[in-house]
Amino acid sequence: MAEVSHSEYNFPLERTCPFTPPPEYRKIREEEPITKVVLPNGNRAWVVTRHTDVRQVLNDHRFSADREHPAFPHLLEGAFGRGPDAEKSMISMDGPEHTTARRLVVGEFTVRRLEGLRPRIQAIVDECVDAILAGPKPVDLVPALALPVPSLVICELLGIPYADHDFFQRNSAKILLRGGPPEERRAAFDALGRYMNELIAKKEVDPGDDLLSRQIAKRRENGVHRRPALAELGFLLLVAGHETTANMISLGTAGLLKHPDQLAVILADPSKTPGAVEELLRFFTIVDTAQARLCVEDAEIGGVTIRAGEGVLALGYAANRDPEVFEDPDSLDVERGARHHVAFGFGPHQCLGQHLARMELQIVFDTLFRRIPTLRLAVRIEDLPTKNDAAVFGLHRLPVTW
Amino acid sequence: MKIVVDTGRCVGAGQCVLTAPSLFDQDDTDGVVVVRDRTPNGAAAEWAREAVRVCPSRALSLHE
Repeated sequence: MAEVSHSEYNFPLERTCPFTPPPEYRKIREEEPITKVVLPNGNRAWVVTRHTDVRQVLNDHRFSADREHPAFPHLLEGAFGRGPDAEKSMISMDGPEHTTARRLVVGEFTVRRLEGLRPRIQAIVDECVDAILAGPKPVDLVPALALPVPSLVICELLGIPYADHDFFQRNSAKILLRGGPPEERRAAFDALGRYMNELIAKKEVDPGDDLLSRQIAKRRENGVHRRPALAELGFLLLVAGHETTANMISLGTAGLLKHPDQLAVILADPSKTPGAVEELLRFFTIVDTAQARLCVEDAEIGGVTIRAGEGVLALGYAANRDPEVFEDPDSLDVERGARHHVAFGFGPHQCLGQHLARMELQIVFDTLFRRIPTLRLAVRIEDLPTKNDAAVFGLHRLPVTW
Repeated sequence: MKIVVDTGRCVGAGQCVLTAPSLFDQDDTDGVVVVRDRTPNGAAAEWAREAVRVCPSRALSLHE
């Protein structure tokens, strides 16, 4: 790869404050918006920071999502390469292969389809808030609300017994932990993979009214059912479906408590909550460095030539704070109309479950602050323990009282 | 204004439906965009512009 003259940044960079991107992001975006950095394994990769360039990289066939390619710019060691029998995950596919795989399941995640889940999600959130109000103060909102809501929802949708939530939450956390031993991450992958294989085997003979059972029927009808492939999908939906939303619930709650003027806007007019959710997604951009690609054909992005074989990190958090696109980007403004953020990614891999996440977040914020109007942090905001050690940002704990 | 769709590019992200449900829907089976009104006027034309802007796969464009 080409030599670079200035001192290089070691990625991933850490957020020094839960409410702002790593301070270096701004400097990179302003001074050299596409630049080379060093990955944990010592390899070089490009980072792309401007909104327009990030969207270009993520929606350009010259940039591959194939995480199994040896040159792919990984930030987590031991994340992939799970033996010869492992099926390729949808997030690693490109082009028509990806389109075909995504279209098999995307019907489960349409806006209209998910609207049907709204009453059930509301009931789950209400049950969690009932339990919080009946319990002692202060309470840690992560295990009391942020984790159980998306876990219960994804379990019901997929047809996974919620009784197993300790098992899959523990293993998901290991998969997303940075700096942990690669063998542990691989063991967690394998444990969840085995679990999902066994679950699907049961549903093949005893189907239920759930996504995995419907997928078995649909794939059999199309003559494409393979248990390991569906297990890979179930694994992806399970991990992506609860950890991310849980982190947005805890961070979004902390963000609204820190900005009471913004909270007042949605309390006065709940029709503004969907816009507030978009803004919180932009403001926190919890899945940031995970949007990596491998250049497979020379491409010019923002005036810089990226060569085939080079890795690229499309920094969504830098893009979502780009002042060219978002006025006063470091302010939380729930009325700004932030729909064009890239917190769910961009291009063909844009988050499959985004409307489910939106609905869960809308219902949680509306319900939590309406039912517990005196909710407040039980620790100083600077003492909230942040997940700087994880691939998806969030809070380890969120102690609140009322 | 006329909405032009490249269904081959559509990945069913549903951003258009969220933006302008009166103009767009999704196929129940594969999530691919279904246009309910190809020639929007007035406020709906602005929603169409926003839908084009947020479509992640650039499956939507406008002929004006």
